[in-house]
Amino acid sequence: MAATEAAEMKVEGEKKEEYKPFLTKLADLPTEELFGPGHRLCSGCGPAIAMRMLTKAFRGPTIVFTATGCVEVSSTPYPYTAWGIPWAHVLFQNTAACASGAVEALNKMVAEGRAKKADVIAIGGDGGIVDIGIAAVSGALERNHDLTIICYDNQAYQNTGLQRSGATPLGAWTTTSEVGDAQAGKTEWQKDILGVAIAHNIPYAASATIADWRDYINKVRRAIEVDGPAFIHVLAPCQLGWRYDPSQTVAIARLAVDTKFFPVYEYVDGVYTINRRVPSPKPVEEFLKTQGRFRHLFEEKNKWIIQKIQEGVDRNWQRLVNLERATNPNAPKA
Amino acid sequence: MSSKKQSWKEVTIAGVITTPRSSLEYKTGVWRSQTPVIDYAKCTKCLICWIYCPEPTIVRITGNPEKAVEIDQNYCKGCGICAQVCPVKAIEMRQG
Amino acid sequence: MSATKEYNQKALGLRGNDAVAYAVKQANVDVIAAYPITPQTLMVEELSRFVASGELKAKYINTESEHSAMSGCIGASLAGARTFTATASQGLAYMHEALYAASGLRCPIVMAVACRALSAPINIHGDHSDVFGSRDAGWMQVFCENPQEAYDMTLLGFKLAEREDVLTPIMVNFDGFITSHCLERVEVLPDEMVNEYLPPRNAKLKLDVDKPMTFGAFALQDYYFEFKRQQHEAMEHAYRLMPEMWSEYAKLSGRNYANVRTYRLTNADVVIVSAGSTSGTARYAVDELRQQKIRAGALGIRLFRPWPGPEVLKALKNVKAVAVLDRATSLGAPGTTLYEDVATTLYALPKQPTLTNYVYGLGGRDIRTRDIVKAVRETLKLASDKKKVSPIKFLGVRE
Repeated sequence: MAATEAAEMKVEGEKKEEYKPFLTKLADLPTEELFGPGHRLCSGCGPAIAMRMLTKAFRGPTIVFTATGCVEVSSTPYPYTAWGIPWAHVLFQNTAACASGAVEALNKMVAEGRAKKADVIAIGGDGGIVDIGIAAVSGALERNHDLTIICYDNQAYQNTGLQRSGATPLGAWTTTSEVGDAQAGKTEWQKDILGVAIAHNIPYAASATIADWRDYINKVRRAIEVDGPAFIHVLAPCQLGWRYDPSQTVAIARLAVDTKFFPVYEYVDGVYTINRRVPSPKPVEEFLKTQGRFRHLFEEKNKWIIQKIQEGVDRNWQRLVNLERATNPNAPKA
Repeated sequence: MSSKKQSWKEVTIAGVITTPRSSLEYKTGVWRSQTPVIDYAKCTKCLICWIYCPEPTIVRITGNPEKAVEIDQNYCKGCGICAQVCPVKAIEMRQG
Repeated sequence: MSATKEYNQKALGLRGNDAVAYAVKQANVDVIAAYPITPQTLMVEELSRFVASGELKAKYINTESEHSAMSGCIGASLAGARTFTATASQGLAYMHEALYAASGLRCPIVMAVACRALSAPINIHGDHSDVFGSRDAGWMQVFCENPQEAYDMTLLGFKLAEREDVLTPIMVNFDGFITSHCLERVEVLPDEMVNEYLPPRNAKLKLDVDKPMTFGAFALQDYYFEFKRQQHEAMEHAYRLMPEMWSEYAKLSGRNYANVRTYRLTNADVVIVSAGSTSGTARYAVDELRQQKIRAGALGIRLFRPWPGPEVLKALKNVKAVAVLDRATSLGAPGTTLYEDVATTLYALPKQPTLTNYVYGLGGRDIRTRDIVKAVRETLKLASDKKKVSPIKFLGVRE
């Protein structure tokens, strides 16, 4: 008991909600594995953890569509597949559109007794969901299909060689936001994909990281259960693209939360709740210094970028605090 | 898996893989250069290593009072996450 | 017409778009995922009316683009559903990568294409550049001359595509505006007959929770080729099935279709080859030419992919000259699409006819019988001058 509590992040000031999460103890999770092992994802891969954890959230028969990317390519090199459930990959940008078609097909066929009921999940990386796939995601969310879209965010097009995406943070080195005398990594902020999803008036959306298994798995389950479209944005660090020792994947995801770099919050029918309040946030430097992709920021001439990142992180946090205050009667007082 | 690859007449159309989790045949354990070893005297059976393994190659053991988990070395890539997350540092990454 | 009474069909006044929509309704599709584009819009609107009234119990997905429309169809098809979509021009081009995905994943999707010119410059009228641009995507393609054919080919399309030994998607092509918006008498089969012809789809390979399978795996250098070889085989097999498909449909409808439509080929010296509505115009040209004592004939291409080589060869092997009319350019190519396919077929002959290549009707430019007559005369002149080929010529452009 004590060990699990020690491994969790501290929560303070969190009010009790009506919704009861399905999972409290690890021992309650099914032991059957529906993903892996034997996949070709890197040693210490964050998305691998994200995939494996989400399969623990299934409530019954589930069908998964996955966009082209790290997970898809590495989990299904013909004739090997790491998936123990019905699974399909079509193209890079259309996982949400394919899942939409499948959901509606199943709706009709189940009603006619021609198929068995199944939950449908569309999974993509930040490439397939935030950039090239954003139109398909937007369309799927607007059409109110009963499906779940999960974006595993490793903050670049890692599979094709670590190229920058719209989710790559400011200042990060990638192979297409290089570091040199004329440029110090990516010069733009990342897109707020969760904000984009929420703008579609969907019933449920949440951010999570692979560091907090209970928070993430519960959220996936809640997303599946909700009637209508749901969106999960999960931070899944990439040891190769972010440049750190593979053993640090979970620790770095945790630091992303502890520095407020990646806020963990939920949106339920218009109400924002910040799930991880981070009462004693670490400066964002603590997160940046753990990864080689930010190393250049610690040179004297680039330190202003760290300042900018800190300002951006603080501004984003304040924005969420304001949203929570404006929508949530249980929000802590200023 | 037989080393002889199937002809176009033999493979399932459209590249469909009909065996779920056929990846089990591919033992990724050969990738690693360090191997995790659990000290069961220290292990509190919290299952934290089990949930964080990216493969996953840590299996739950039921009905054994000594062990709650076991590492299946056939697939372990030696990432060291289990050792890092273990709250009581019961896992040691040994070279080789 | 005796066909109507004998085969218990009713005659409706339908535009090409409506005719396809009617067929889709009767086919009881499960999922429609579509995006509107001129000149197919009337069809998707009609389908929406059918769904709204309850006449068609399909799930209708208004996707945000054509790429997503084809993707939605693929997802639905993989789930085992009967799926349909329609597009034209830019839409077909936009979903181009998804076309290859659909055929590679062996999804038996039926797609109606109201053939329209490709931008730029933007033009909304009928020509074949869109479907010819997709001819390598692994889809079967049939060309319809008129609304009746559009109706019939749609029904036959589902039957052919969904066969477990075919599992290849099919495009049902008809000329944008010329056929899509053309109101003609269309005979439709009784509902019960279509229900029997097209029972609900029962797919063997699909996303099935009882039999979890992986679709769309990553096929490296050691496997990709084999899957493409299978697709080639399926196309060849589909070609061999056509006589059976046509005769089955003839029994239901009284309409005897074939891979090509021949007209006055007996003793023909020169044959006009074309596809789409122009095949009808070509027959008028043939009659005009015959009156002028020129022994002309017409060959309308109905089945385009797989290419009906044997039928084309049979029709053309004994003639002196062939004029191929293409309603699309293939800029930079030695010949345009139909011309190249015909030339390939005729290559097998020890003695080949004169073969000329005409581009006409781009962007909906009208083609008149007098244009075709002119092309035939030019072609015959070349033949009499013992010339085999000539550079690509254009019919109807202002020089």
